[in-house]
Amino acid sequence: MVHWSAEEKQLIASVWAKVNVEECGAEALARLLIVYPWTQRFFDNFGNLSSPTAIIGNPKVRAHGKKVLTSFGDAIKNLDNLKVTYSKLSELHCDKLHVDPENFRLLGDILIIVLAAHFTKDFTPACQATWQKLVGVVAHALAHKYH
Amino acid sequence: MLTAEDKKLIQQVWGKLGGAEEEVGADTLWRMFHAYPPTKTYFPHFDLSQGSDQIRGHGKKVVAALGTAIKNLDNLSQALSELSNLHAYNLRVDPPCFALQFLAQCLQVVLAVRLGKEYTPEVHSAVDKFMSAVAAVLAEKYR
Repeated sequence: MVHWSAEEKQLIASVWAKVNVEECGAEALARLLIVYPWTQRFFDNFGNLSSPTAIIGNPKVRAHGKKVLTSFGDAIKNLDNLKVTYSKLSELHCDKLHVDPENFRLLGDILIIVLAAHFTKDFTPACQATWQKLVGVVAHALAHKYH
Repeated sequence: MLTAEDKKLIQQVWGKLGGAEEEVGADTLWRMFHAYPPTKTYFPHFDLSQGSDQIRGHGKKVVAALGTAIKNLDNLSQALSELSNLHAYNLRVDPPCFALQFLAQCLQVVLAVRLGKEYTPEVHSAVDKFMSAVAAVLAEKYR
C-alpha cells in the first residue's frame, strides 16, 4: 500500500480544492488528443477532432474530460484504498475500452502541466513531486486489473 | 517530425525566457530531483541541496545546450553530436527515452509555470515533440 505523508495529503487537498473539475478535465483531455494524436483512436465517435481548435471546442471532449477528472476526484477521496476503488474501472479499461495503460501515464503528465499553467508559481516543486506521485499511483491502480 | 509551425512556436517560447535561462535550468533540475529521486543517482558528486551552485551551474549548461539545439532545429543530429557522444559513452545515462522524459516533463512544467495561459496546447505539443527529437538524437550512439 502506498504511504502518504501528512504534507503530501495537504498538498493534494489544497490544490484539488481550487481545481475547476469541468475546465481542467476538458483541457487535460483536449491536450492529450492534441499532443499525442494517436490517442484519438479511442474516440472515433467524438466527431470533429481535426484541429486543436476543433478538439478544444468539441462538446464531447469537454464532457468526457469532466467525467475523467471527476473520477480522479474519487481516487483522491480514497487514497488509502485505490486498487479497490478503481477495480471495476480498471476492468472496464482493459476488457471493454482496450486502452493501453501507457496512456494513463501520458494523461497524468498532461494533467500536471495543466495544473502548472493554471497555478503558475503556486505549483511549487513540492506540489509537483506529490502530484507526480499521485498520478503515478492512479495510473497503477487503473492498470491493476489488466490481464 | 517538427513542422515549420512547431519550429516557430519553439523559438518563440524560448525567446520569452528573456535571460532567465539559468533560473529555468536550475528550477527544472530541482523539480526533476524532487519528483524523480532515482535521477539523483547520476549526480553523487553534486551538492543536491536546493539552490546549490552545482545545480545552478548544471541547469545553465543543460538549458544552453537546448538553446543551441533550438538555433539548429533543421540539423539537430549534427548540433547535438558531441552531447550525443558524451551521453552514450561517458555519462551512460539510462537511455534518453527514459531519463530524458523526466527532464522533459519538468522543463514543460517550468515553462507552464512561467507562461501560464500562454503555454497553449499548440506550444505544449511543439515543445513535447522537440524534447522527443532531442532524446532521439542523444540516444543515437548508445548502441
